[in-house]
Amino acid sequence: MTWKPSASTMAMQLRARLYHSIRQHFIEHPALEVETPILAQAPVTDPNIAPMQTQDGRWLHTSPEYAMKRLLCAGSGDIYQIAKVFRQGEAGQRHNPEFSMLEWYRLGCGLPQLMAEVASLTRRLLSQQWPTLGLKHLSYRQAMQQFAGVDPFEADDAEITALGQSLAGQVLDLTRDGWLDVIMSHRVEPALPGDTLVFIDHFPASQAALAKVSMDEHGVPVAQRFELYFNGYELANGYDELSDPVEQRQRFEREAAGRPIDEALLQALEAGLPACSGVAMGLDRLVMLMCQTNRIADVLTFDWSRA
Amino acid sequence: MANYSTNEFKSGLKVMLDGEPCSIMENEYVKPGKGQAFNRVKLRNLRNGRVMEKTFKSGESLEGADVIELDMEYLYTDGEFWHFMATDGSFEQHGASQEAVGDTVKWLKEQDIYTVTLFNGAVLTVTPPNFVELEVTETDPGLKGDTAQGGSKPATLSTGAVVKVPLFINVGEVLKIDTRTGEYVSRA
Repeated sequence: MTWKPSASTMAMQLRARLYHSIRQHFIEHPALEVETPILAQAPVTDPNIAPMQTQDGRWLHTSPEYAMKRLLCAGSGDIYQIAKVFRQGEAGQRHNPEFSMLEWYRLGCGLPQLMAEVASLTRRLLSQQWPTLGLKHLSYRQAMQQFAGVDPFEADDAEITALGQSLAGQVLDLTRDGWLDVIMSHRVEPALPGDTLVFIDHFPASQAALAKVSMDEHGVPVAQRFELYFNGYELANGYDELSDPVEQRQRFEREAAGRPIDEALLQALEAGLPACSGVAMGLDRLVMLMCQTNRIADVLTFDWSRA
Repeated sequence: MANYSTNEFKSGLKVMLDGEPCSIMENEYVKPGKGQAFNRVKLRNLRNGRVMEKTFKSGESLEGADVIELDMEYLYTDGEFWHFMATDGSFEQHGASQEAVGDTVKWLKEQDIYTVTLFNGAVLTVTPPNFVELEVTETDPGLKGDTAQGGSKPATLSTGAVVKVPLFINVGEVLKIDTRTGEYVSRA
């Protein structure tokens, strides 16, 4: 262990400039900057995210989503937040269990509009390094067909599993969605065009999390959700937000696996969530791109091993 | 042996995979959006040197492999085993099978020091130093005056290994050989 920072002074300066540009964006495209509690009484229920718990039973938030939605239900209007969030076990060369996230919500805004704002903000933030950036939209089905040769909705479990196992190099105990994640992360993501903002939307309904589900043009239920990929990074994850408290409770109960359910959020949804879309962006990854490094430690003042 | 979870996988860790001792080379954490987290791991099979890429669900674990590496002096062969002795003063001896010695057999010289990898107490592999010095036992006569350029010829060394050497090399000379490439480096 060393007392010295893992980030260079340049990385700290780029981060400061990044945050300034973000705040400038939300002055020009108004949204209120808010703060919500980091320690909450109920954790995220997403089975693929492990929240950390304090000794007094509170949970470190894994994203400010639940509290920000309560603000939206209370009539806050458009809001954004730059927050430190915490996810147990997410440590690696490109991951740190404590990391920084930008999350914002727009009322009366559909996903196409939100993707346009994400693209314009990302272009602005990366303009020093990439003066021009291409843009590409693909549905999850198109991306999987084009880059992995498989239709994620039509292919049977055996085909998905066989392809996933060949990519993983071994048999794993995974659901269909788990194997789709293998195909997406091992085959599709590395094959996406470089120096291009690639938006993928219409995820399988089983990967909806807190997004609305609706029918696509093939009559298949898909999640109204998008991810932004750029040069091997997942930069953003956006939802057309589910506002139905009954459906939300069902999803919570299906996923919670013993974790407490956020009753305050459900009550807020009952009071009414205005039609809105929201998106979360990984800020450390943006700084990594700005610094042209693939080690998250290089952009954190003190990474997990030095914190 | 202890079990190691994916978040403890680091370069050099020895683990058991499908009954084979392996050494971890690289470990990359992958987390797709809202999905399952994985570790993409590159491992080398310590028995045959083959490199594999395997994906694990994050949090899965593998059993540690009882693998140790020892510096050992080569003593002799009885035709079936090649015998080595530890250089740490313990005089501990191990016999390596033909399979364990493998290609290293052509670089084995008595009293030289080799890295011997033991798995569950038995010799798994024998690794030669990067450079060995061996005597030429057979080659065409040297060409006088040709000390620098052009041409090569085969030479048989005291261990039986055949390497390409410059034309000026004669029987009885001791040569420095790079064991990684099997190539002549210089006169010793």
